[in-house]
Amino acid sequence: MKKQYVSTIVNGDPADFLCEPQTSLLNALRDELGMTGSKEGCGSGDCGACSVILDGKLVCSCLVLATEAEGKRVETIEGMAQEGRLHPLQEKFLDVGALQCGFCTPGVLIAAKALLDRNPDPSEEETRYWLAGNLCRCTGYDKIIRAVLEAAAELRQERAPA
Amino acid sequence: MSYHAPADVTEAVTLLASQDNARPLAGGTDLLVQMRSGRVRPEMIVDIKRIDRAMGVRARDGGFAIGAATPCTELLNETALCKAWPGVVEAANLIGSVQVRNRATIGGNLCNASPAADSVPALIAANASAVVVGPAGEREVPVQDLLAGPGRTTLGKGEFLLEILLPPRPPRSGDAYLRSIPRTEMDIAVVGVGVSLTCDESGACTDARVALGAVAPTALLVPEAGAALVGSRLEDAALEKLAEAVKAACRPIDDKRGTIDYRIAMTAVFAPRVARIAHQRAQEAA
Amino acid sequence: MTKLLDKQELKVVGTRPVRPDGADKVTGKAVYGADYNLPGMLRGAILRSPHAHARILSIDTRKAEALPGVKAVATNADFPKVDMGEIDAGEAGINVDRAGQMCLAREKVFYEGQPVAAVAATSASIAAEAVRLIEVEYEVLPHVIGVEEAMREDAPVLHDDMFTEGLPETPTKPSNVVLRFESAKGDPDAALAAADVVGSGRYSTQPVHQGYIEPQACIVSVGGDGQAQIWCSSQGQFMVRSVTAAITGMNLADLRVVPLEIGGGFGGKTTVYLEPVALVLSKKSGRPVKMVLSREEVFRSTGPGPGAIVDVQIGATKDGILTGAILEMKYQVGAFPGAGCQAGVMHALGCYRIANSRIVGWDVVSNMPSTHAYRAPSAPQSEFAVECAIDDIARQLGMDPIELREKNGVKPGDPSFSGAPYGDIAFMETLAAAKEHPHYAAPLGPNQGRGIAAGWWVNHGGESTAMVSINEDGSAVVATGNPDIGGSRASMAMMAAEVLGLPIEKVRPIVADTSSIGFSMLTGGSRTTFATGRAVSEAAADVVEQLKGRAAMIWGVESDKVEWSDGQARCTDPQQDLPPLSIKDIASKTSKTGGPIAAEKSVNPGDAMQTFGVHICDSEVDPETGHVRIVRYTAVQDVGRAIHPSYVEGQAQGGAVQGIGWALNEAYMFDANGRLDNPGFLDYRMPVASDLPMIDTLLVEKPHPGHPFGVKGVGEVPIVPPLAAVANSVSAATGKRFYDLPLSPARVHAALNGAA
Repeated sequence: MKKQYVSTIVNGDPADFLCEPQTSLLNALRDELGMTGSKEGCGSGDCGACSVILDGKLVCSCLVLATEAEGKRVETIEGMAQEGRLHPLQEKFLDVGALQCGFCTPGVLIAAKALLDRNPDPSEEETRYWLAGNLCRCTGYDKIIRAVLEAAAELRQERAPA
Repeated sequence: MSYHAPADVTEAVTLLASQDNARPLAGGTDLLVQMRSGRVRPEMIVDIKRIDRAMGVRARDGGFAIGAATPCTELLNETALCKAWPGVVEAANLIGSVQVRNRATIGGNLCNASPAADSVPALIAANASAVVVGPAGEREVPVQDLLAGPGRTTLGKGEFLLEILLPPRPPRSGDAYLRSIPRTEMDIAVVGVGVSLTCDESGACTDARVALGAVAPTALLVPEAGAALVGSRLEDAALEKLAEAVKAACRPIDDKRGTIDYRIAMTAVFAPRVARIAHQRAQEAA
Repeated sequence: MTKLLDKQELKVVGTRPVRPDGADKVTGKAVYGADYNLPGMLRGAILRSPHAHARILSIDTRKAEALPGVKAVATNADFPKVDMGEIDAGEAGINVDRAGQMCLAREKVFYEGQPVAAVAATSASIAAEAVRLIEVEYEVLPHVIGVEEAMREDAPVLHDDMFTEGLPETPTKPSNVVLRFESAKGDPDAALAAADVVGSGRYSTQPVHQGYIEPQACIVSVGGDGQAQIWCSSQGQFMVRSVTAAITGMNLADLRVVPLEIGGGFGGKTTVYLEPVALVLSKKSGRPVKMVLSREEVFRSTGPGPGAIVDVQIGATKDGILTGAILEMKYQVGAFPGAGCQAGVMHALGCYRIANSRIVGWDVVSNMPSTHAYRAPSAPQSEFAVECAIDDIARQLGMDPIELREKNGVKPGDPSFSGAPYGDIAFMETLAAAKEHPHYAAPLGPNQGRGIAAGWWVNHGGESTAMVSINEDGSAVVATGNPDIGGSRASMAMMAAEVLGLPIEKVRPIVADTSSIGFSMLTGGSRTTFATGRAVSEAAADVVEQLKGRAAMIWGVESDKVEWSDGQARCTDPQQDLPPLSIKDIASKTSKTGGPIAAEKSVNPGDAMQTFGVHICDSEVDPETGHVRIVRYTAVQDVGRAIHPSYVEGQAQGGAVQGIGWALNEAYMFDANGRLDNPGFLDYRMPVASDLPMIDTLLVEKPHPGHPFGVKGVGEVPIVPPLAAVANSVSAATGKRFYDLPLSPARVHAALNGAA
C-alpha cells in the first residue's frame, strides 16, 4: 500500500509523516510521531481516550483519518502543559486525586479543557454531559467532576479583573 | 485503498462512479468504525468536505440548505436554523458524544441508514428533502426516499448526498425530537420520535407530521399520527389517538437494544411528550 | 513495629500528597503497555474462532506465511505439551494447559473469539491481512451458553474429561458441571420451617466485564541466546513470568518481565492472553513482537466475571433475629473453569451470625470465554441475593433495614466462614456510621426510593517483597514488585517516609521488574497496601536500625544510646552533647561507616482482615419508561487506616460505580449462534459521567492491630453492596421486588406493567 505524506501542526510545531491512507489520526500520532499520550481504548469513538483538539474542535482522533489532518492544527495532551508549567486542570487533577490508573486521563483533560475554553462556568450537569464521551472505569467520575469545577473556579478568579 | 478530496461535485461524482467499492466520506464517524470492524473495505474514499455546497448552512427559497457534510455541532451556531427548526438541531446533537458531534453530520446519519438514526425522524417530520448528485446530474427527493432498509440506501453508483433542504417555515410552527435510551448519553435510540407542527392563533394544529425511528426497517412517517393532532390543541383525547396511531405503525424487532413490547410501549410514551414540546414551541414562535 | 502505633501524630500517613507518578500521567508521558516500542519490532495479530463450539480439523498457514512481510506464524503446536496441572500464580492457581488453550486453541474451540493462530509481520495491516489468509477447517458442534441449560442431561458437553467433583459418587459420564461445593452447619431446614418470616427468591446476574479502558498489550523480545524480555501492562510481573514460562516451556531464569503502567485491571489482568503467543512469534522470527488487543477482542476473548443464579431462603424471628439460611448458587464459569462459586459460597452469609445454614454452589462450564477475577470475585453475585432477601425480611417485619443488620451483624470474636474467630472487624461501626449519615435521613421525592445493602470481602495477604535504600543525599528509594493500579505507589512512599522520618518528596517509589526485586504476588485481592505496605514498613524499619548503628559509629557511642525520631538520630546519653544526625548526614559518610544502607524484606502475612461496606442508594424510577436514575449515593466503608485518603475514597467510589453499572445496564448478550452480540462500549453499557451523581464516601477507621499502620484491604469491598443497594432502592421506589439484573429500563417497565 502506497503511503501518503501528511503535513500538520501538532501542539504548535510543524509535524509531518508518512502513513497508509486508512491510518487514523490516533495511530499516526502514536506510531509515526511517537506521541503516545493519546490512547486507544476502543477505536470506535465510544470511550474518548483518544480525544484531541482539531482546528479548535474536540474530536476522537480514532475517527479521523490522518490524511484529513493535512494542513490542520492538532492539540494533544503533550501540549497541554506550557513550557514545563502544568495547566490548572492538570494541577487540579493531581491535587484532588482525580485519576487512578490514569489511562483515561489524557482524553478527559483534553475534553475538559475544550469545555472550559468555551464555557468558563459550567454547572455540574453541563460538565457531566460534556464529559459523557469520556469513559472512566476507576474513579466513578466523582473526583474528575470536582476537579474540573474547581479548576474552572480558579481560572475564573485568575481572569477576573482586579 | 486510495483517498481523494475533490473540490468540486463533478470530480467527486467521477471518482465515486469509477469504482464499485468507493465510499463518500463526510464526518467519518460511521465509515471509520465500519472499516475498523471489517464490515466495509472500501477501495477508495472520496472526502466531500472540500466541496463548497457540502459544507455550511445557507438560506434558500425561504428555507435552508444544509451541506451534507456540515458537523452537527455547527448547526448549533446557526441562529436562524435553531429558531426555525430546534427539533432538527437537537436531534442531530443527540448523536454520540461532543467528540462525535464535532465530526458527525446529518448527511452521514441519513445515508448510513440505521433504522435508529437520531436525525432522521426529525428530518422526515420536517418534510426535508435530499439533494443527490450523480452521473445523471442533480435530483431532489424527500429524505425518506433515500432509505431502502437497514444500512441500505437507494443511492446509485456514483451518487452521493450533497445537501439537505428544509422547507420554508409558516409562522406558529415548532418541532421537537426525543428518544428513549437506557443510559443518559452515548446510546443508540431504542425508539425515536420527531414531530413538526403548525398552529393557528388559537393554538389549534393546522398541520402535523410525526415520524418514528428504531421501530421499523427504516424511519417512518406516520400520517395517521399527524392526522390525530390536526384540529386539536393536544387535548388528552388527541394525544391518545396519537399514541394509538404510532403504536399501530410500529414494526419493531427484538434486539440487543430493546424488545418489541418495550419499543411499542415507548413510542406511545414519547410521541405525546414530543408533540407537547413541539406545540409549546409553535406557540412561542408566534 | 508497635512503637509506631504509639505515635500520637502521623506526619505523612493520612495526608493527601500529590502522587509521585502523577505528573507523567497528566501529561501523557507515562508508558502503558501499548506505548512501548523497540527497534525492528513486528506487529502480531490473531485469528479467532467464528464458532462457539467446534473441533479444529486443520489449520493451513501457508498462504499467510507466503505474504511478504510475514515473519512468523504460531499455533498451539508451538507450545510444549504440559503436564503441570496448576501452578501458583494469579490469585488462585492457574491451570497451565487451559491457560495455554486460551492463548491458542488446541484441538477444539470452546467460545467464539478463542484464538486459533497468530502471525507476526512488519506492519499491523500486513499482519491483519495475513490473518485473513489462514485457512481453518472446523467441525461445528452444538453450543450451550446459559448455566441451567448447560447443566441439563442433554446439553452439549464441552470437555470429555470433565467429571463433576464434590458429588457423593464420582460420575462416569462427563458433564459441564465442574464441581459441587457445599458448606453447612446446624439444621437450616428446621430453622426455616420454624421461622416467623422468610425472605426468599431466585436472583440472577449476567456475565459482566471488568471494563478496564486499556486493552491488554505487550512487547516480547527473545534474544539469540534464548533469554527473553517482556514489557507489558499487568497486575503482576511475577505472575506473567510464571505463567508465560510454564505455557511456553521456558526456564523462569531466562525470562525477565518489566511492568509498564497499567490502565485498569480489576482482576481481569491477573492472567495472560498475549505474552506466550508473542514470545513464540519473537523466538521464531528473531525480532521483538508487539501485540495489542482491540476492544472487540477484549470482549470476545478475555475473561468476564461470571453470571449466576442464586436461590436464597433466609428465615427470621419476628424480633428480627436471623435463624437459618439455605442457598443454592450456580455460576457460569465459561469454557474452562474460571472464577467460580467457591468464593460466592464463602462470602454469602459472612456479614451475619446465622447458626443454621446450608450453601451449595455449582460451577458450570459453557461456550463463552472462561470467567476470571472481577473485583471481589464471585462475592457480589451471592451477597446480592442475600442482601435483597434481608431487605425483604426488614420490609415484612416493618423494621429499619440497618437496625435488622445491627441485630445480626458479625462482631469481633464471632466465628468466620473458616471457623476461626473474626478479629477487630468493624461491621458494627460501619452500620452505625451509615445510620448516622445525613443521607439516611434525607427526604425523598416522588417516584424515589432508598435502598441500603451491606457487603464484605475476605482480603488477602500474600507474598510481597520490598526494598528500601538510602541515596547519598539522604533521600530514599522504595522498590516493590507490585504494579500500581490505584495509587499504591504513593502509599508505599508515604509509609516509608513515615517510618524513616523523611518528607514525602524525598522518597521515590518504583515498581521493579522480576530481575530486580524478590518475589511478589500480584496486585489484587486488596492486598497491596496491606501486605506490600508491611514489607515496605519492615524494610524501612530495618534501614532505621542501620542508620542508628551508623550514627553510633560516627559518635563513638554504644548503639543502645541512639534513638530515632523525626528523621534524625539522637544520642540519649545525657553526658554527651551531640547535635542530632539527619539521614543526609549519615548517608554522606556511609563509605566510612560500612557501605551503602539498604534493606530488603519479604513477608507473607496470614492475618489480612476482613472489611465491610454499607451503601445507601436513592434512585428515581420513571414509571412510564422504567428508567432508573441514581439521585444520591453514599458508600460507607471500614478501611482500617487510610494511608492516602483520596485514593481510598477513590476505591470506594470506583467500586460503587462498577456495581451500579452491574445493577443497571451491564450484561453480556449472546445471539442464537453463541456469538457475543455486544463486544464494544456502545452496547456493553458502562456508566458514563451523566448517569451518576457525586458518590459520597465515609471512611470508618478502626485500625488493624497487626499492621504497622493499621491498614486493612479496601479495594474490593465497594463493588459488593451496590447490586443490592440499587435493587433495593428500585424496589422501594416502585413497591415491587426485582430479582434479575441488570435493571434495564425494559425490564423495570415490564415489571411495572404486569409482565412476568
